[in-house]
Amino acid sequence: MSDDIITPLADYIKTQILKQPKRLMKPDEPLISGGLIASFNLVDLALFVEDTFGVRIDDAELNAQTFDTLEQLAALIESRRI
Amino acid sequence: MQTFTEQLKDHYAQTPDKVVVYILHSGQPDLPLTYRQLLWGSAGYARSYAAQGIRPGEVVILILQHGVDLFYAYFGAVLHGAIPAIMPFLTEKLLPERYRADLASLVSVTQPSAIVTYADFEPEVRAALKPGDPVRAVILASQVEPPSEPDFPTLGGSTRKPEDVALLQHSSGTTGLQKGVALSHQAVFNQLESYRLALHMRQDDVFVSWLPLYHDMGLIACYLMPILLGYPLVLMSPFDWVRAPYRLLQAVSRYKGTLSWLPNFAYNFCAQKIRDRDLEGVDLSSWRLISNCSEPMRWESHQAFYERFRGLGLRYETLVTCYAMAENVFAVTQGGIAGPVVVDEVDRDSLQIDRIARPPIAGKATIKMLSAGRPIRNVAVRVLDGHGHDAPERHIGEVALKSDSMLTEYYHRPDATKKAFHDGWYLTGDFGYLAGGEVYVTGRKKDLIIVGGKNIYPQDLEQLAMDVPGVHAGRVAAFGIFNETSGTEDVVMVAEVDEDGEDDRQRIADQMRAVVTRGSAVALRYVHIVDKHWLVKTSSGKTARSANREKFLKEMAQTGQVF
Repeated sequence: MSDDIITPLADYIKTQILKQPKRLMKPDEPLISGGLIASFNLVDLALFVEDTFGVRIDDAELNAQTFDTLEQLAALIESRRI
Repeated sequence: MQTFTEQLKDHYAQTPDKVVVYILHSGQPDLPLTYRQLLWGSAGYARSYAAQGIRPGEVVILILQHGVDLFYAYFGAVLHGAIPAIMPFLTEKLLPERYRADLASLVSVTQPSAIVTYADFEPEVRAALKPGDPVRAVILASQVEPPSEPDFPTLGGSTRKPEDVALLQHSSGTTGLQKGVALSHQAVFNQLESYRLALHMRQDDVFVSWLPLYHDMGLIACYLMPILLGYPLVLMSPFDWVRAPYRLLQAVSRYKGTLSWLPNFAYNFCAQKIRDRDLEGVDLSSWRLISNCSEPMRWESHQAFYERFRGLGLRYETLVTCYAMAENVFAVTQGGIAGPVVVDEVDRDSLQIDRIARPPIAGKATIKMLSAGRPIRNVAVRVLDGHGHDAPERHIGEVALKSDSMLTEYYHRPDATKKAFHDGWYLTGDFGYLAGGEVYVTGRKKDLIIVGGKNIYPQDLEQLAMDVPGVHAGRVAAFGIFNETSGTEDVVMVAEVDEDGEDDRQRIADQMRAVVTRGSAVALRYVHIVDKHWLVKTSSGKTARSANREKFLKEMAQTGQVF
């Protein structure tokens, strides 16, 4: 999986959502079901993805079934990038 | 003197074809329901309850998601004369074992006769039940009797008296589920009549809400009030709203909504997270009153919301305030109706240190307090000092109230009921002051945390964290810290551990996050792992949460981390 997607995503989550810039994040760590991302933060994440990668995630897709880890989210983004 | 069933019967007789609710679901067409459809569907449920041997006066627990089944199951219980109580549905975050434990404790206190759920959720429900439980039937939404004309004279609901318990209302979490607020028909109608007048309700009012029905603000203000009083309700799911907050504004525009209730964080959330492209053609000029309620109200949140949406026709006087609690059915006060919401700018240090709301002192920091308004007409409010006497004007004390819409009891909890009253006055556990007849709420006596309007008991979270190896009883504390950006509280946990290594500590912090989230659906904003003897204890050896909160904030300030 390409780091050019995972790295900015991980940085955003660490600095803006968790406020723990030094934290290590694994690509297969569960984000939603693991409690790292609260439902209130899902919109933030969707807006960040749209601004950074030009990929829109529909609000119906903001759940752990669609993506729960960095690598799953990166795969979703990659599959929609032109 | 009325009951829910009589009131519904009147609407059915007089306006059977009036749409009473529009059920909104992301990705699906809006579903309108008339009184006829609502009552027929509910009558199907009432027949199923009867067929299962559920008797009027018994409790029925509903574990259903936002949708038509929940409406029918709820009012079916009403028509049957049973007492409905809504339990939140399992979310993807929550661990099924934890959910089962909460359900089991709800069952043991509430002693329900039936639980209604979906077929695919039945195993979860059955797993929470044990031999000897009072539950006689697990009723599946897919197997309920089809809609049919209600035969009012034979319905159990027709035998109910105004003083009988009409419903139970719980707050969330292990602690909240053990304290069901039992409300009588009469108490609910007394509240609705008084609140209707306070809001100057009009013929053309339309309610628009995304609030969950297991919350008093959602259940009373945005469900029972419109349906029992005969106003259209546009109801979306909280699940949809939190992922797409613009849907609330689109719904207001589409249905010419006039009344909504929001917890404070929702003002910040909407102001920050809605893009212009989702607001094309949206017109908010019909919005008459948005009541800020159920968590501390911030002047800054009102400003942010107004500035963001004024260009769409939102009026400043639409932003009003309310102080409410399930124990009084709902509203205690309402502000901003007869005139603008009163803003009381006071000296910050006097308020926080002397606990007196004094006028600003030149050159010193101030706080703009939003008035919660005046007591609505069936409610009397006092502010009591530590000795149970009236506190002087502008002095902070505990808010106490008396009304004809109080709870009957905490269901099957005579201990808790007795503790809640002093000389016939209900002690709210909230701190506040009175000034010029207006009520200002400043904080809480108890260590309760409120996140996005949802009550969270810190002891529930601490109990969960103790499951993590390395975290020990009495050496962990949870508390809330107000977040200016989000307009609500963040949850912080501090744990003393013996492990020294960074890796061990990171592992413990991660595991604490995971168990707390999966056990309570609460996401921790920050987990602070500390050395032995960090936590401040009271003289009796209990964790002093507020002292630990202060210590945490001081430490964060020293290390340059802003909270």
